[in-house]
Amino acid sequence: MNVFEIIGPVMVGPSSSHTAGAVKMACVSRKLLGEKPANAKILLHGSFLSTGRGHGTDKALIAGLLGYSVDDARIPDSFRYAKEEGLTFSFGAINLGEMAHPNSAKLILTGVSGKKLEIVAASIGGGRIRIEEIDGLKANFSGDYPTLIVHNQDQPGHVAEVTTMLQHHFVNIASMQLYRSRRGGSAVMVLECDQEIPEEPRKWLMHLEGVTKVTYLSLIDPEEREGVNV
Amino acid sequence: MYNSLEKICQIAKEKKIPFYQVIISDNAKEDALSEEQEMEKMLVVFRAMKDADSKYDPSLKSASNMAGTQAAKLMDAKESGRLLCGDFVASVAIHALKTAESNACMKRIVAAPTAGSCGVVPAVLLSIQERCGLSDEKMAESLFVAAGIGGVIAARASLSGAEGGCQAEIGSASAMAAGAAAYLAGESEEGIIQACAIALKGLLGLACDPVAGLVEVPCVKRNVLGAVNALTAADMAIAGIYSQIPPDQIIDAMGTIGHVMSPTLKETGEGGLAVTLEGLKRRNQMKM
Repeated sequence: MNVFEIIGPVMVGPSSSHTAGAVKMACVSRKLLGEKPANAKILLHGSFLSTGRGHGTDKALIAGLLGYSVDDARIPDSFRYAKEEGLTFSFGAINLGEMAHPNSAKLILTGVSGKKLEIVAASIGGGRIRIEEIDGLKANFSGDYPTLIVHNQDQPGHVAEVTTMLQHHFVNIASMQLYRSRRGGSAVMVLECDQEIPEEPRKWLMHLEGVTKVTYLSLIDPEEREGVNV
Repeated sequence: MYNSLEKICQIAKEKKIPFYQVIISDNAKEDALSEEQEMEKMLVVFRAMKDADSKYDPSLKSASNMAGTQAAKLMDAKESGRLLCGDFVASVAIHALKTAESNACMKRIVAAPTAGSCGVVPAVLLSIQERCGLSDEKMAESLFVAAGIGGVIAARASLSGAEGGCQAEIGSASAMAAGAAAYLAGESEEGIIQACAIALKGLLGLACDPVAGLVEVPCVKRNVLGAVNALTAADMAIAGIYSQIPPDQIIDAMGTIGHVMSPTLKETGEGGLAVTLEGLKRRNQMKM
């Protein structure tokens, strides 16, 4: 945890977990999608469901999908801006189970080019978040670092391929996690990095045998990376 | 970030540097920035706190109508000399209400450590700065003290009402503010963590039972409690009154209490004040 997560963030109220955390989880989801979202189906769990409306959680989630930061004064009016930007959305309820963090949501996103992504995220306090699932597979990262998520078959060599690629591009790994459904089944590795990973080697990863999906969280907003299709 | 107040004190003693310097140098490494840059960042945060306070709108009400205009009432009462606690305590309470009410009205504030408890630290710091004429740089140093304490609480317990109840929010904010106040009063690292310990101990077990689930009732007024508690705790530490239970162990106790606390008292709006007759009435009104 960082000093400026404890004294901070500078944010629009009223709740760091239900407002700022909601902005951030949606903003990270937008970056993971890699393009402007055109439609969002948002399902709220636990305390997000029972008290979200009064905390402006709904407005905050839409603000995040528009790429706003947590201190953006437009947050209270995000529904209006979504309309102007052509983002359609709906809200519903979901039970993610006893083990899920009480402040959780599932975001089902479709981008402007038709790209689809499903995220489960939790707001874990003080405006910090954790991405819990990507397209139904476990993940576990903060969204504070450039993050590479590789889905692959559970077989030897994939970790070496990815880490060697990062070494060649002078990217340092801050944290790394590995999960698999069962021996030889589907696996996922989540790597939080200190530097951004260039597009070229990420495309290369996608063509490796046994790699089923490569998702990347760049800290640069999709709209700033004009014309770049990830 | 450190996971023990004792450890921070030990490093401060070994290196013969102040408490805040231990925190700033650790965070500079984490951010890959210089200590001067860290200081600049904290000055920006401190000025955002001042900004939130000075931009208080005395006519604004929250969407539920439960929060807003309270700081203005207290300012009027202070002006007319009707208050019991004296000007300094009045100013602390006014600052706490200003920031907490602005938060309820979806204005920009600094979460410290959370938005629900955002009035505590600025109330203590701005009041001390006004009274003692301290520089913004000195105030930023005290914010590193507060952040160091908050980091230990996050590591050993929690800063989230949904996980630990209100003790994790107003309790933590009060402990952080107490440590910062003790530092500003010239206390050494031991005085700082004792002020923190006394402040936190007094708020253990505090439930998070907001009416209609909103960060308004009892949160807004509880910011005043947290700020005043921080100052009396700092005063006790300054006087040499120390906690019988070591500071780190008090934080551990807060974690355990939060763990066994009923979920109805952890920001769900399903227990305590939220389910009183009046609380339920307000919740139903919000549904319309």
